[in-house]
Amino acid sequence: MKFGVITFPGSNCDHDALWAASHVGTSQTLWHKDEAIPSDVECVIIPGGFSYGDYLRCGAVARFSPIMKDVFRFAERGGTIIGICNGFQILTEAGLLPGVLLRNDTMSFVCKDVYLKTENCNTTFTNSIKPDSVLRVPIAHGEGNYYAEAETIARLEAENRIIFRYAAPDGIVSRRANPNGSINNIAGIINERGNILGMMPHPERYSDARLGCDDGLSVFASIARALQQAVFR
Amino acid sequence: MKTYSAAVKVTLRKGILDVQGKTVEQALHAIEFTAIERVRIGKFVEFDITAESEQEAKIMAEDACRKLIANPIMEDFSITLSEREQI
Repeated sequence: MKFGVITFPGSNCDHDALWAASHVGTSQTLWHKDEAIPSDVECVIIPGGFSYGDYLRCGAVARFSPIMKDVFRFAERGGTIIGICNGFQILTEAGLLPGVLLRNDTMSFVCKDVYLKTENCNTTFTNSIKPDSVLRVPIAHGEGNYYAEAETIARLEAENRIIFRYAAPDGIVSRRANPNGSINNIAGIINERGNILGMMPHPERYSDARLGCDDGLSVFASIARALQQAVFR
Repeated sequence: MKTYSAAVKVTLRKGILDVQGKTVEQALHAIEFTAIERVRIGKFVEFDITAESEQEAKIMAEDACRKLIANPIMEDFSITLSEREQI
């Protein structure tokens, strides 16, 4: 299966995403000025970085790039989309995922490894992750503090759409393990239909054991498995 | 057609922690401006609009704020319009 990775001006994790995706399939770059996603692309990756210099708000300008019009159509058709870090911010700005990413409550940019508890292993993005395992994945952001109105949070919780939460290495979710102030330790969520995931941590950076850790590869392996077996559609 | 100047103030919605404001407040206290409190930091955006009427300019400015300039989930905005002086 083929992944398409969008490159915006200021994206800086696009090559990591192409590399990670190439472990489980093939991958190609999608340029922000392109108006169409090639028909053989089955999963679109919106990578991390500082699209358009994070001007105005993170993701606010990228959301209006020419390629995004086809991303909306792709999403509407049920196409699989994963937004990582700045990609998550772009997806919330685009309204494809609820909520918003505020400045970290620590008042600083946070760049370190975190541990993630996977709350729902029955999705396109997590089906290859063992239910009780804890993933070690890096974060690197200044605006990762997930916020949504209480009603939205309640709905995300009730519908099991909070996929990843920041946790301690033993998988215990606590305030102490929360690196940025996100409500309920939210690190990643999916949309109602289950075809779009947004997450602040960077699984693509830990997708090759030669780089120190490959815990993140399970996200890409899950997508490949789901799409090849045509489940979760 | 007339040209109007729009001055837009964007602020974080009440109840949302303003970490920039908090940091600046702490710095102000550190340099002994202890009487200053409740510092909030927002954005100021200005632009010109050419429209048939002030009402049309206002509608356009509000639309621009809702679609791009502010994010209604976390921000409020207010617009002040004035007829632009001839340059």
